[in-house]
Amino acid sequence: MTVQASPQPAAGLATDGLAIEIRDVHKWYGKFHVLKGVDLEVARGERIVICGPSGSGKSTLIRCINRLETHQRGRIVVNGIELTDDTKRIEEIRRDAGMVFQHFNLFPHLTVLENCTLSPIWTLRMPQKEAEARAMHFLERVRIPEQAHKYPLQLSGGQQQRVAIARALCMSPKVMLFDEPTSALDPEMVKEVLDTMVELAQEGMTMICVTHEMGFAREVADRVAFIDRGEIVEINTPEPFFSAPQHERTKLFLSQILR
Amino acid sequence: MSDMASPVSSARQVSVRQDIVPRTFVRSQVSPDLPPPLAVGGVIGWMRDNLFSSVLTSSLTLLSIAFLIWALPDLVRWLFIDAIWSAPDGDACRAPGAGACWAYVNAKLEFFAYGSYPRDMVWRVDLTLLIGAGLAAWLLWPSAKHKAAALVLFLVVYPVIAFHLLHGLGPGLRATLSLLADLFGSKPLADVAANSLPVVGTNLWGGVFVSLLVATVGIVVSLPLGVLLALGRRSKAPVARFLCVMLIEIVRGVPLITVLFMANTMLPLFVPEQWSPDRLMRPLIGVALFASVYMAEVVRGGLQAVPKGQFEGAMALGMSWWAMMRLIILPQALTIVIPGVVNSFIALFKDTTLVAIVGIFDFLRAVDTARLDPVWAGPTISATGYVFAATFYFVFCFGMSRYSMMMERRLTRGRSH
Repeated sequence: MTVQASPQPAAGLATDGLAIEIRDVHKWYGKFHVLKGVDLEVARGERIVICGPSGSGKSTLIRCINRLETHQRGRIVVNGIELTDDTKRIEEIRRDAGMVFQHFNLFPHLTVLENCTLSPIWTLRMPQKEAEARAMHFLERVRIPEQAHKYPLQLSGGQQQRVAIARALCMSPKVMLFDEPTSALDPEMVKEVLDTMVELAQEGMTMICVTHEMGFAREVADRVAFIDRGEIVEINTPEPFFSAPQHERTKLFLSQILR
Repeated sequence: MSDMASPVSSARQVSVRQDIVPRTFVRSQVSPDLPPPLAVGGVIGWMRDNLFSSVLTSSLTLLSIAFLIWALPDLVRWLFIDAIWSAPDGDACRAPGAGACWAYVNAKLEFFAYGSYPRDMVWRVDLTLLIGAGLAAWLLWPSAKHKAAALVLFLVVYPVIAFHLLHGLGPGLRATLSLLADLFGSKPLADVAANSLPVVGTNLWGGVFVSLLVATVGIVVSLPLGVLLALGRRSKAPVARFLCVMLIEIVRGVPLITVLFMANTMLPLFVPEQWSPDRLMRPLIGVALFASVYMAEVVRGGLQAVPKGQFEGAMALGMSWWAMMRLIILPQALTIVIPGVVNSFIALFKDTTLVAIVGIFDFLRAVDTARLDPVWAGPTISATGYVFAATFYFVFCFGMSRYSMMMERRLTRGRSH
């Protein structure tokens, strides 16, 4: 059923070590079969955009990568560490894989700076001064250092999402996972978040983005994957993916979201 | 989206409504802010909003005023104007028309405060309370520094000091001290070992300080134990969850009086005789346990109110379960349940009066006993004693309430827009 356009990483990228390897991953919610044997390999430095209709399993897939959801069959290897029930491994993988959520999930009782320094201090055992310096560095990168001492809910949605990106970057992740990072934003704030993500991509960060921002996909993705009903229907480099989609379901989906 | 915006349709609109000359308007400056009308701000506005906003509120307002006019003068007269403020005995208070007998409260103040604690040694109680109040103030003062140190002092060092001050030096400690005195040949130390802080049995303890002791132990134990029980109840480990649920449901399912009786009669059965808990220790354990299971349910409510995204945000950063709970979830959960926690504390503070039924001489029991003194007995004595007791409990509970509201405001700052 799946069009095996290229489950392998796109040409030209280093394949010596895969950032993420997903092999025949299945997941059920009760009796509902959410993921039906997903295969995906992501090379270091590769940018993958995942799109698909709601309920297709795209968020579930990205959340399996850092074990916010458990998969019941198949294997997932992140930076050479295979996901098992071992808590230590899970924590290690999560430290290496930063995640940005649709609803930001910033900690409202802590200032922006504390949001960014908390995990480096407590899980990486970084001295506070160093953690703060690093947090300010990343807050400058996302262009909101002046908000460091405010509380998250005092910021706009776009600013909050940029804080969330900075917070994830403070852990020096090897991979960044974006789960619909712009879906909860007011329209005028989408661009500032996408700009930040584009910059991150240009610096060579390995990224997996679940998003419907097709302009972003065109601009930075190495490959675009279309997921429907729990399986990867089509995956390809952006140019052929958008101009000449192979599968009927892809064509239908693209016709619905591109005006 | 629709054809409304297309040139064709706008042309049609113009043709239909030719009576309207197309005009444009561009504001050149921002309108100034005007002051609100009198009816919105000011005293009259406030009264209209709060006292006379409808027929119902207006009549309730008038009714309340009428009630106050009816009740207040008599109350004030009884409490203050006709009250007997100083008298050597109950004669003045027994006179017809006499109000509250504050002279009696004044005469019994020491008894209310210390019960039967030997009068020449009440400085030990005072010192204990003073140290406790100082440490509590350090802990509760919002901007105080080194709270971790204060917490260690309060939870570890203070109980030891308080025990030895209140109870006296036990034979073991006394022997150790005299051994040290012999070793160094120190005369003052030998004196201390021999004579200072003689033992005062808990059967002599009583009054306010016992009430405060029971309440403080209950509060200090119930919060952490309640948090642990709540975490246990929400844990994925079946054994831990089962044990926590059982303990919570069993202790919560029986009245405090039963818990106190059980602690009094059953605790000694579980431990070897020489370790049998002191008669004051038993109700302390009972009260602390009872308060803890209520606290557990309050805290569980808070844990469930923290959005799932907070757990995920913390987990995605690679935090361990304990770090996530301590740094992210519990601070938010406990802030949410401050009203419930303080509600429990207040209930606990008043429930301490129940320890009287297992023979502990708390403040209310002291008031109750003192009113039988024939020197003072009279028609107003009981009422005066109970008004005094009620005021005491009210001041403490109201204080807790106000403090918690202040903390709530501080902790939720930044969380509202």
